[in-house]
Amino acid sequence: MKSLRLGRLVLPLYSVLALVYLLIPIFYTIAFSFNNSTGRTNTIWQGFTLRKWADVCARQDVCDSVVTSLGISAVSTLVATILGTAIAIALVRYSFKGRSLVSLSLFLPMATPEVVMGAGLAALFYNLNFTQGYTTVILAHIMFCLSFVVVTVKARVQTLDPVLEEAGRDLYANPSQVFWRITFPLLLPGIVAGALLSFVLSFDDFIITYFNSGGALTTFPMFIYVAASKGVPAEVNVIASMVFMLAIVIVVGTQVASNIRQKRLMQVK
Amino acid sequence: MAIAAFGSSQPAKTSGSAAKRAGVVAWVLLLPGLLYLTMFFMVPLVSLLVTSVMAPDPTGAIGVFNYGFDTQAYAHVTVDYLPQIMRSFGYALVATIVALFISYPLAYFVGIRLRTHPLIQKLTLTLVIAPFFISFLLRTIAWKQIFADDAPAMTFVRGALHLDATFHFLGTPGAVVWGLVYNFIPFMTLPLYTSLERLDLRLLEAAGDLYATPAAVFRRITLPLTMPGVISGTLLTFIPITGDYVNASRDFLGSPSTSMIGNMVQADYLQNQDYPSASALSAVLMAIILVIVTIYVKRAGTEDLL
Amino acid sequence: MKEFVPAGADLELKNIRKEFPGFTAIEDLDLHIPAGEFFALLGPSGCGKTTTLRIIAGLDEPTSGQVLIGGQDVTFSKPHERQVNTVFQSYALFPHMTILENVAFGLRRRKIEDPLAKATDALNLVELGHVAQRRPQQLSGGQQQRVALARALVNRPSLLLLDEPLGALDLKLRRQMQIELKAIQMEVGLTFLHVTHDQEEAMDMADTVAVMNRGRIEQMGAPEVLYERPKTAFVSKFLGQSNLFVGEVAETSANSLSINVAGSKITVPKERAEKQQGKIAIGVRPEKTMFHRSKPAESSSVNLLGPGQIKDIRFTGVSNQYLIEVPNVGDITVFAQNVGISPVIELGEQVWVSFNVEHAFGLLDLPVGDEE
Repeated sequence: MKSLRLGRLVLPLYSVLALVYLLIPIFYTIAFSFNNSTGRTNTIWQGFTLRKWADVCARQDVCDSVVTSLGISAVSTLVATILGTAIAIALVRYSFKGRSLVSLSLFLPMATPEVVMGAGLAALFYNLNFTQGYTTVILAHIMFCLSFVVVTVKARVQTLDPVLEEAGRDLYANPSQVFWRITFPLLLPGIVAGALLSFVLSFDDFIITYFNSGGALTTFPMFIYVAASKGVPAEVNVIASMVFMLAIVIVVGTQVASNIRQKRLMQVK
Repeated sequence: MAIAAFGSSQPAKTSGSAAKRAGVVAWVLLLPGLLYLTMFFMVPLVSLLVTSVMAPDPTGAIGVFNYGFDTQAYAHVTVDYLPQIMRSFGYALVATIVALFISYPLAYFVGIRLRTHPLIQKLTLTLVIAPFFISFLLRTIAWKQIFADDAPAMTFVRGALHLDATFHFLGTPGAVVWGLVYNFIPFMTLPLYTSLERLDLRLLEAAGDLYATPAAVFRRITLPLTMPGVISGTLLTFIPITGDYVNASRDFLGSPSTSMIGNMVQADYLQNQDYPSASALSAVLMAIILVIVTIYVKRAGTEDLL
Repeated sequence: MKEFVPAGADLELKNIRKEFPGFTAIEDLDLHIPAGEFFALLGPSGCGKTTTLRIIAGLDEPTSGQVLIGGQDVTFSKPHERQVNTVFQSYALFPHMTILENVAFGLRRRKIEDPLAKATDALNLVELGHVAQRRPQQLSGGQQQRVALARALVNRPSLLLLDEPLGALDLKLRRQMQIELKAIQMEVGLTFLHVTHDQEEAMDMADTVAVMNRGRIEQMGAPEVLYERPKTAFVSKFLGQSNLFVGEVAETSANSLSINVAGSKITVPKERAEKQQGKIAIGVRPEKTMFHRSKPAESSSVNLLGPGQIKDIRFTGVSNQYLIEVPNVGDITVFAQNVGISPVIELGEQVWVSFNVEHAFGLLDLPVGDEE
């Protein structure tokens, strides 16, 4: 009996260790955003301060790169979400020839190394004599975000019982009304999840962006990469921590909120 | 498969009454996205090939190439970059295996043991994907600073294991693999989680009822049924790792002696302006990957890919 | 209740055929349902009844044939263009809307005035006015079913389709809903087409029942007619139980014909025999059959079989069911109503079985296994 008890503890213990391992760099990064670092580097702990948080844009170039990233990610997310949602709906609800090919085409961008995609796009723009800059970066981002949106939304579409849309049609809704009043509201959580994922992937992207920016712009990850050899300023840690906490709050918040809502619905039976 | 963890994790419900509709609408929905992918994923691959066979300009000017069919780039990369190619696949293999051994128990814990506490399950899953929310560059830099030769952690380890003062971790293959494992664990964990989360626990109970020990239950029921997750997790981990270059870069966890394919592509493309070499190396990498994916698709089909 | 349409519309299906890749769901369907009738489409799973319903609703198109509602050809009209509403088997209430909005949905799409007031009236009709602001997930199965009904009825459709709407309810609730549904139909005078596999439900509620099997309607008519005079072996077994006897027509008289089964003569009145030559099947309902401990006197108005042995006795509350094995004939089922005095009979006892000739019916075909 004793060994059984211990045995049951192994897995949770192991998981906790694994989670701690996963979270170490996060704590490290957040901790060093409070470092009272002077000079260029932020590697040695010099005391706790809120100075960097208070004056985030003391390094203007850091903030500029964040703004650039935000802009690119917003546009890419918008387009990728629209295109991806359409594909996800088609994949689940419609029958068509060439399904295997479509699945494969959507899978490959997720599995292809960024180096290959980045170099390929750069080669494309080079062959077309298309100057690299914002446009090329956005085009690149939409491409690799698309498949992830499809996967996320597809999972949600599969939970949607088609009979609800049939009921809509039966109740005099034309196809457009069926989509906007029934399908879309019920898919919305999945679409939002897909958009969030796309935004995160786009914001965090380095390799493909680096290959296709042509030196004309600097995104937040590009800034970090270049700074890695010289010394990453604490302001970067501050911004990264902000983004992290915002993301966690959103994700955890929606989970807790939906949990409460579920409980409330169950009560009134 | 993979990132479905982000969405709702309810099982698919259908009343079975509606067959999939055929027709034009499907293509209207599919075409914009597919055309986009064709233009910006497929065509670039063709561009890679085209660029990889460009010939250096007779004038010898740097960065100037002419269209033609000159395979000198391929000769160059397959011979001179062979170490990097071997290293990339070697590191990828080790990192993938380590990631699998770390991720499977974690995914098992969250996907099966925590099923009775859905809220905790979701929150724990959030912890697993939390690293995604901080730039992977910063995560890697964090490890770099933790493993820096003069960092407290290293000093401690050297003391505890009675090692030479010249013992260092950074810049070794070990550090690179450590970084690769770390950065790609979520890619391995999420598909595994999706598979495990959908596993019908009653099957495990039935096996136990039929005299199977826990080990046998795992070997004969759990593992085979979660194999799709294992395979897609492995693919999604192994393949991107082969092309990674940040971890192996000198500015992060590696050194010139740990350079991988990606480092060479980056150097050739952005620094040396040797576009044919960069493209040829990328094409070689892509070709190897396509072989791997083809083997997988032939075995398992395309239904489970997405 | 005066607000509703004074009467429903006719439904007519002509030569409907529906093919799916690999199999034919509906072979050759002709159906006419007069306005204002409560019509039941009865059959086992897979017989094509749900497919028929979907074709009438417009959710599927027939491979060939016509659908006419109120005389108008609607074969190719879209669902939202037809004055038909469906109560789905799974209710299909929209989870992201309140009950009131669910019921008002169709009215809003058709831009009817005062949708919420009319929706409230419909909810009151099914006695669920108090849950108007709740969500579907908060209601029980029976309540959801009634909301689904209200949501369909509020649109005053010419034809209301019900796809096994009571399937998910427990027995008591189902009985209650059957009474309510029938009451509502009679009150508002709409045409109801009720699809079900529950034969008791069909017989109880419907004015006309059509029994469907493998994509065809085998027999259609009033419940009593179908029950007392089934025309095919399938109908005789699907609607209630039957004892069937197969044999060549041996004797024919002015009013009746007989077959010979293992030495016993089984007679059926000619007017109750679908087929009058060759090998036919004659049947009788178990409740019209009796058994006797001693051989009764022979009579020209009674069919007599036996001797046989009591093989099984079952007590089902309402009746005792006896299974009697007669050598060379087969098993005969006898229902004896439980009137307080059970015949004191034991397993293995020898008995004779009889039934009146006027209760026999002759089938058009032979039971499976007895075909040539």
